[in-house]
Amino acid sequence: MLLLILKRIGLGLITLFIVSLITFVGVEVLPGDACTTYLEREAYGAALDACIKRLGLDVPAYERYLDWASNVIRGDFGYSLSGEMPINEVLGPRVKNSLVLASVSILIGIPLAIVLGIITALWRDKLPDIMISTITIFSMTIPEFISATLLILIVAIWLGWLPGIVIIPSDATFYELLSNIILPVVAISMIMTAHMARMVRSSVIQVMASDYVQMAILKGVPYWKMVFRHVLPNALLPAINVVALTIAWLLGGVVVTEVVFNYPGLGRLVIESISNRDLPVVQALAIILASIYVGINLIADLMTLMLNPRLKSLQIRK
Amino acid sequence: MESNLITEDKQKNKLEKAFEILKTMASKPSGLIGLTIVLFHVILALISPYIAPYDYKAISPNTMLLAPSAEHWFGTDSLGRDVFTRTILGGRTALTVTFFGSLIALLWGGLLGIFCGLVGGKIDDVVMRVVDAFLSIPWILAMLLIVSLLGTSTEVLIPALGFFYGKGIVRVARAATHDVIAKDFIVSARARGHSNMSIIWNEIIPNVRDAILVEGAMRWSWMLLGFSSLSFLGFGVSPPTPDWGLMISNARGLMSFAYWSVIAPIVGLSSLIIGINLTADAFAKALGIDRSTKAPV
Repeated sequence: MLLLILKRIGLGLITLFIVSLITFVGVEVLPGDACTTYLEREAYGAALDACIKRLGLDVPAYERYLDWASNVIRGDFGYSLSGEMPINEVLGPRVKNSLVLASVSILIGIPLAIVLGIITALWRDKLPDIMISTITIFSMTIPEFISATLLILIVAIWLGWLPGIVIIPSDATFYELLSNIILPVVAISMIMTAHMARMVRSSVIQVMASDYVQMAILKGVPYWKMVFRHVLPNALLPAINVVALTIAWLLGGVVVTEVVFNYPGLGRLVIESISNRDLPVVQALAIILASIYVGINLIADLMTLMLNPRLKSLQIRK
Repeated sequence: MESNLITEDKQKNKLEKAFEILKTMASKPSGLIGLTIVLFHVILALISPYIAPYDYKAISPNTMLLAPSAEHWFGTDSLGRDVFTRTILGGRTALTVTFFGSLIALLWGGLLGIFCGLVGGKIDDVVMRVVDAFLSIPWILAMLLIVSLLGTSTEVLIPALGFFYGKGIVRVARAATHDVIAKDFIVSARARGHSNMSIIWNEIIPNVRDAILVEGAMRWSWMLLGFSSLSFLGFGVSPPTPDWGLMISNARGLMSFAYWSVIAPIVGLSSLIIGINLTADAFAKALGIDRSTKAPV
């Protein structure tokens, strides 16, 4: 069991190492380096030389990679080009803002998804299922920027209930954030909930068809007791991994949603840094977002391992 | 899986089989709706240059932000361009880019997956690690990086999209190959002394084709989502090309009083994505492949 956990962690680290290589090599191989892309037309003479000196682009690529990687491990991402400030200072408030947005959405999304998934599975092909399933399928197929735009149009403009666009500085306090994030949270958790509810639904349906549930029914276990004792623990376990994948997959969707609502989080920083051609920040973001993805998957893997009774008994037997 | 075995395949005319799959797909209401929507969009994309009532890039200060009327069915946008014209032409851009993108994704993803499933061992391990690493970079960041460094022409977008949406197909193709490779008919083909190439071409591809095609159909709708998101963020095709994502992002600022210029592309894009999804689902069911428990990665 411990070996298995260590192996998973090791694989995650290898993945991160490859990601760092890919982003570094990608920036290296694609035409133009950080200086020429950043300075654009002014990339000649003294300005170019100074920039190359400043970023240390005159040393060989592998040395720069080692240098950069060892700094990243120590938690130092270097300097951003456009703001001329340490990337850590740029990232700090953005990470906090995105974390607030994501955690509120997840806190609302996961319980809601479980409830909806169970309802749709237990009343399969009946009215509640058809109604909820139609809504979930719609909200998971339509792109984030469309549902977000429609939310603004309907809730903010036509009904006038809430402000449509978040107008807060990136270092806003927690309470300033909370009052402004209702619509972004709705937009993100709508899609997330839809995805997870579908997974929970199919998982519950699979378990309901299994032998031991049939056995419980034949034994005369009351319906709801059967659902809570036999079906749900077994159905929600495989859903954990899928939920993790869904959350990780939504990292891309969060970028778009943050742009639509003008929310000062990591996602908007992605767009800003790419528009400003600020490659050091882009590299830092790639590593951070990939770490989140790998981290979430790792946690899900470990949770499944811990909760899986079969693996526990394996350990005892040994 | 029994019905997919190639022995049956050979006896049946290929066209006949394709028609049969279409018939199964259309036998359920969701599949029929999906097929109808996709067909409608494809036909519209083919004929739109001939039926478009206005020039899609004709800017005119006299016709700015007009409400829908008999002359301008969907109104006009902030530059005075006809929204109906741009909406029906927008599907062309989206369908062309994502169709060729999916084709590239299917080709390289499928072939690499089959290859990995076949050779196994060290090579397989290394390739799958790299694919995992690519999967863990958020697609949007990777796409934005490529596009910002190489430009936003369709010649860049199509291969870039094809590459990034193909990496998921590698996994599916590999898993399907693993399922097939232990079967008796592969063993007997080897015993008959067939070459590796012949085994791939005659035994493996016909048996993993269905799984890969279903995955590709699903990727198509995700790619459309990704492509229009890129356009929306300003990193897709460049203006004045009529494109739904671009139209929505341009009209968004003015939607408090000119909502029609936002609604039309939203309806176009949403209906196409929903149509492709329904079609892909029906396609999967017609081929007997259940993808309801799969994660969206």
